[in-house]
Amino acid sequence: MKFTTTLLATSALIGAGTFALADAHGNMANEMTLVSWGGAYQASQDKAYLQPYLKNNPGVTGVWDESSNEAVAKLRAMNEAGNITWDLVDVVAADAIRLCDEGLAMEIDADELLAAAPDGTPASEDFGDLLVSDCFIPQIVYSTTFGYRTDMVGDTPPRKICDVFDLEAYPGKRALEKRPINNMEWALLCDGVPKDEVYDVLATPEGQEKALAKLDTIKDSVIWWSAGADTPQLLADGEVVMGSTYNGRLFSVIEEQKQPVAMLWDAQVFDLDGWIIPAGLPADRLARVKDFVKFATDTQRLADQSQYISYGPARLSSAPMVGKHADLGIDMAPHMPTDPKNAANTFLYNYEFWADYRDDIDAKFQAWLAQ
Amino acid sequence: MSDTVDATNIPGEKSGPMLAADGTPLKRSLRRALRRQKMSALLLIAPLLIFILITFIAPIADMLFRSVENEIVQDTLPRTTAILETWDSESGNVPDTPVFKALYQDIFIAQERKLHTRLGSRLNYELTGASSLFRKSGRGVGDIGEVYQDQFEDMNAFWKKGENWNDILGSDAWLAEIKSWKKASGQAQPPFEIRAQIAEILPQTAAFYQIFADFTQNEKNSNLYKKDPWELIYSAFYDDLTGANAARIDTYTGPGAAELSEAKAAAANFETVDYKAAFGDIDKDWLKMPIWDTIRAYSPRFTNGYFLNAVDMQKSENGPELRPENQRIYATLFLRTLFMSTVITLSCILLGYPVGWILANLPARTANLLMILVLLPFWTSLLVRTSAWKVMLQQQGVVNDTLVWLGIVADDSRLALINNQTGTIIAMTHILLPFMILPLYSVMQTIPPSYLRAAKSLGATNWTAFWRVYFPQSVPGIGAGSILVFILSIGYYITPEIVGGTTGTFISNRIAYHISSSLNWGLAAALGAILLAVVLGLYYAYDKIVGIDNVKLGG
Repeated sequence: MKFTTTLLATSALIGAGTFALADAHGNMANEMTLVSWGGAYQASQDKAYLQPYLKNNPGVTGVWDESSNEAVAKLRAMNEAGNITWDLVDVVAADAIRLCDEGLAMEIDADELLAAAPDGTPASEDFGDLLVSDCFIPQIVYSTTFGYRTDMVGDTPPRKICDVFDLEAYPGKRALEKRPINNMEWALLCDGVPKDEVYDVLATPEGQEKALAKLDTIKDSVIWWSAGADTPQLLADGEVVMGSTYNGRLFSVIEEQKQPVAMLWDAQVFDLDGWIIPAGLPADRLARVKDFVKFATDTQRLADQSQYISYGPARLSSAPMVGKHADLGIDMAPHMPTDPKNAANTFLYNYEFWADYRDDIDAKFQAWLAQ
Repeated sequence: MSDTVDATNIPGEKSGPMLAADGTPLKRSLRRALRRQKMSALLLIAPLLIFILITFIAPIADMLFRSVENEIVQDTLPRTTAILETWDSESGNVPDTPVFKALYQDIFIAQERKLHTRLGSRLNYELTGASSLFRKSGRGVGDIGEVYQDQFEDMNAFWKKGENWNDILGSDAWLAEIKSWKKASGQAQPPFEIRAQIAEILPQTAAFYQIFADFTQNEKNSNLYKKDPWELIYSAFYDDLTGANAARIDTYTGPGAAELSEAKAAAANFETVDYKAAFGDIDKDWLKMPIWDTIRAYSPRFTNGYFLNAVDMQKSENGPELRPENQRIYATLFLRTLFMSTVITLSCILLGYPVGWILANLPARTANLLMILVLLPFWTSLLVRTSAWKVMLQQQGVVNDTLVWLGIVADDSRLALINNQTGTIIAMTHILLPFMILPLYSVMQTIPPSYLRAAKSLGATNWTAFWRVYFPQSVPGIGAGSILVFILSIGYYITPEIVGGTTGTFISNRIAYHISSSLNWGLAAALGAILLAVVLGLYYAYDKIVGIDNVKLGG
């Protein structure tokens, strides 16, 4: 059973961690375990943050652990076992809020922990509204948006989000994420709800029914994905006409793999990804991690990351420094979700709403899926 | 026992126990020898036993315990839940001010210890909006307490300083210790001790100050003597000054007696806090019934709420009731899991039986070669095999392409073989097939071929010889294979997740979701416990019907 394997893995992890920590306490406050998502994203962090930091700090080693998609559960397990083996964890903002709520992430003082912008603007202003939780250290702005097959949509490529719900004009399968978040908002938008009222409507049972009814119109044509790599693959195989995923994944399909795919930026949903420091780190490891975070989230480093992946830096002061792709040599700015041309119509992920309604709407969404 | 030590005793002649060579009764000496054997046997398996206990039984037991454990509500809101017990929830009125005051005290302490949001996430599983309600309230309670803090401090700046508070509240012995204590010395901070007289005349202040002191000294590790008290202390102080014991304050003679009397005189005219209204200002949900019903329903230390949820029910005023139809999901998933596991087991039997028969009847050398083909998938990663099925079965995949090329299926009506039940059944049958073939093969190998020949020579047709002679002897293999395949498939998770779409997922996918994503471990534990019970129940039924002795994994 997966249930027991999870338990076994957890206890094995805790067991292994005990030995590692026993080692670390002796002489190695110079070791860091960073947790991220793996793939191209982690590679961009490695190149932009970790390698330069290690170069500046000889004797320090950094290890990556690709566990971000299970970070919340694992951090809770570590916390209950009283043994935190991670030093810095990359999570999406919604998870950061949850970890903060659960007391599993350390609260930070942005101005004290993070470097000021080159012109002296304090970090709290430079990051601004993106500091969505007391524990969250933002890194990038990404968006969940649609890509479509240019060779399967005829002469009139989709321009609006509602084209996703238009089976007559664009027959074929669509890939949507297997969770209510984003899908419910898009469904309401295309059901005629004004953008600024979407969450008010979605808070009511009638509004939730309405969104599910709209999704019902395309239910038979949807392939539901749960990993960010699914949609790019489905698009490349021609399994779907269009599908939602993270914009960086689509960039990779379009520019790096040269597939006949194009972006549909309309009603893209902005979201944030960043670091949290686990609560309860021993002082020597905490000091190391603070030093690293200050370096890795300064203006230059955040701008550097965008050379490797098309996610927007979370600092205002980094935006003008976004340059060219390190390998392809193409200008990265037009591929950023924050580029004015792409951001003509955007949607903001409402963290507080989903923190409250996730359990309830998810139950309804899953029941609807299972019907 | 003088007669038994007589070595010349001849057994049987006199009534008495039989003796061993050393003179002890044979029974006892035998028992001792056996016990020694048992102990050494136990010692031999001890490492394995301990390993299983620690890594398998204990975590499962711990996890199962979570399905009923619910201490967080009572631990975080001890005062509120205590008063709430006397609240008449059927009156339709939200509780009165004393409950709100207790709530203020509880949430204030919880937010200092950063536990209130944790409780919020817990209650949010039961009541939408609890998460932000507690987050907001945690931010808001500071303002409630400031009302009294400001008034005391405006009246006399004496009440601003932590030192002054400690001088009044701390016992003389403790004050002497703490004043000579230095944080840098590395020694433990002397634990706070209340002044006996103060504990009598200011009981509430003393109680909350003790909590504040414990928290400051043990969790924050800062010097209590220099620490200014919480806002909460000021409201408790106000309550004491205006409460029943207030008259005795004038009898106090220790440090700060003058300030205390002054405070008592002034407090009578202080602006007071309406706790109920204050919470209503933080969020109007506090003035509505649902949150109170939820807190009350979930205040006992143990709850059946998770189990109710796991069978699509919920708590209500009239006891457990079914959830609204648009939220029912788990019964469907449990039934689907059982149904699909049965289908997978049957298709494994259908496909595995002939393979096992061929393997058992070929010469050993060829059979071993073919065996490698059966085992080969075993040596390939599960993820690789599942992903390969994705490529095979998708609409632009190998199978559909072949069918279209052969003209069996039109290009615009390709078969949907994946992201549904079909996909899960095909992929899981393939993955679990070796678990059926191996026991079948090892059982079939032990069936002498001469039996079939004998049957035929006695006039049986091929079919009769197989059905009446061969098949009954191979049933133990089918039994073993079926148990393996069925129990493995009932808990399968990765394959249904990847190829199952929405109609082909199992209950284990929801368990995984609640473990790693929604963090509702209580619900996951309840679902897991039910699944475990179902498996044990089926195993019991199987034992009753087929008999577990009839299951053979080998000759």
